Amino acid sequence: MLRFIVRRLLQLVPTMFGLSLLLFVWLHRLPGGPETSILGERATEERRAQIRESLGLDQPLYVQYGRFMRKLIQFDFGDSIQTGRSVTTEFLQRFPATVELTVVGLTIAIGLGIPLGYLAARRRGGFLDSAAVGGSLIGICIPIFFLAYLLKLVFAVQLHWFPSSGRQDELLDATRVTGFFVLDGILTQEWDASWDALMHLILPGIALASVPLAIIVRITRASVLEVLSEDYVRTAEAKGLTEQTVRSRHVLRNALLPVATTVGLAVGGLLSGAVLTETVFAFGGIGSFLKDAIEFRDYPVLMGFIMMIALVYVLVNLAVDVSYSLIDPRVRVR
Amino acid sequence: MSKKTDKIDALAALSAQRSETGETLWKAAFKRLRGNPMAITGAIIIAIFLVVAVIGPFLVPYSPTATTWLGEVSESQALFPGPRAENWLGIDHQGRDEFSRMIVGAQQSLLVGVVATLFGLVFGALLGGIAGASAGLGGRIGVWIDSIIMRLMDMMLSIPGLLLAISIAAMIGQSVATVMIAVGTVQIPIFARLLRGSMIAQAQADYVLASTSLGIRKPRIVLSHIVPNSLAPVIVQVTLLLGIAIIEAAGLSYLGLGNADTTFPEWGVMLTDAQRYLSSAPRFAVFPAVAIIITALGFTLLGEALREALDPKLRR
Repeated sequence: MLRFIVRRLLQLVPTMFGLSLLLFVWLHRLPGGPETSILGERATEERRAQIRESLGLDQPLYVQYGRFMRKLIQFDFGDSIQTGRSVTTEFLQRFPATVELTVVGLTIAIGLGIPLGYLAARRRGGFLDSAAVGGSLIGICIPIFFLAYLLKLVFAVQLHWFPSSGRQDELLDATRVTGFFVLDGILTQEWDASWDALMHLILPGIALASVPLAIIVRITRASVLEVLSEDYVRTAEAKGLTEQTVRSRHVLRNALLPVATTVGLAVGGLLSGAVLTETVFAFGGIGSFLKDAIEFRDYPVLMGFIMMIALVYVLVNLAVDVSYSLIDPRVRVR
Repeated sequence: MSKKTDKIDALAALSAQRSETGETLWKAAFKRLRGNPMAITGAIIIAIFLVVAVIGPFLVPYSPTATTWLGEVSESQALFPGPRAENWLGIDHQGRDEFSRMIVGAQQSLLVGVVATLFGLVFGALLGGIAGASAGLGGRIGVWIDSIIMRLMDMMLSIPGLLLAISIAAMIGQSVATVMIAVGTVQIPIFARLLRGSMIAQAQADYVLASTSLGIRKPRIVLSHIVPNSLAPVIVQVTLLLGIAIIEAAGLSYLGLGNADTTFPEWGVMLTDAQRYLSSAPRFAVFPAVAIIITALGFTLLGEALREALDPKLRR
């Protein structure tokens, strides 16, 4: 087990190295450059050259890449051209927002998806089943930013049940500890701050959950249907075990394996969806910052953020692979 | 990363199987499709969409960009004439005929979906095909080529799709072509993995052994036997992607990376424009949203039915 994890972590090194090289060449080929964003379109050629020189952009690409890699070994992605602060600081400040949002989205998707999928399979062909299957099809096909807008319009603007944007009410002046606002409130026992942050998460969380929820419902349903026809389930039922025991011990335990894989895969989609959802709800996570960074040609931020997101994504999937063999002792990862 | 790739590979391997009765996978799949209401519904939706998108623009009553009724529109009073005899879906916020815009928008959406998918398919299949062929036939150099291509694809897979699309869109500027290329590029590694996995599974088949013993040259076995038999999962992916491409294109338009000429109708752009009028004139959003959802639903239904028909494990 440990060997497997170590080997997978070692495999990460060439992958991340290749990714950095690819991204570096690719991003620096973007037309325009940060000097245009700083000085505007009409700046003189001399001023442009000055800025490029001060940022080191006048040197050959391989020299720039060498410098980037030397810094990277010390976990330094350089400073953002836009804000002048270090990329790591910017990332750590914004990433908690995206993590919070992703966690809420995933919790909704799993918490609702597995029971719904299970019930749909148990009442196969019934109303609930058709509703779950139909709903999940629509969930995949609805553009996520449109759903986010609808939720915002109905539940925030018209019904005032939830706040319409941001992460927390500024007036609360909550204490910051970790950057995870809900957790901060709990740690400092500022319960109202925690509650307020949670309320800000509900609508974007639901919007973000739509696609993974749809996928989890369908996978759980298919998987439970397969397990239900197994001999050991019939045996368990024939033995007179209660429905509850059969469900938890025999059906769900076996049916959840493919679901675990799906959850790992969904994380990539969640990170993509978070960009759109964060934009609609002005959530202040990595999404909108990344979008600005592209317009600004903020190379250090683009390199740093995309690489860190890729790293998180790969690590999450490694965690899923590990959990897979914990759930099912038969699966011995190679 | 590995679960994503495993899943694609598993899908690819399934195409190597044949039914017990000896009829080809495709014949059996088509039979099953005809009896599946999901597939029929999907096919009907797609057929209507195709007819509207291809013939519709020639028959629209008005120009989709002409602001003929601008005088009747008042943004400050939220006055937007609704559906009536001369304008079936009413007037949009710029005094244009909504019905004509929807129809011409269908053509744009179809174009985006088809070109994006073709882009992903052509490059993905080319890379996957080269990788699969070199892995199976090329000896040591082949294995090298295969692993270089596939590691490259793995790297692309490790970046969340929308981020990849955004960075591509940023690279080539704001246009319709941008959206097509961005959406298509995200699919390249998936197509590549699918075709390669499927080809490697096919390489074990008896008919390859038979052809080899008959003395047929390797390139010919690959091109005329292995590749045609490996296409099943790729075709499923194409169908599913056509729907997804339309949704993703809408998302990119929303982020401001789509067509710079926003007067030209495209469903994603229309939906984005409509957000400002969501409370005063919700129909601006409802028409393109419903159109996108139904079209995507059509492709998803057919794609899923096709996958079910081709995948013996899902059959019940």
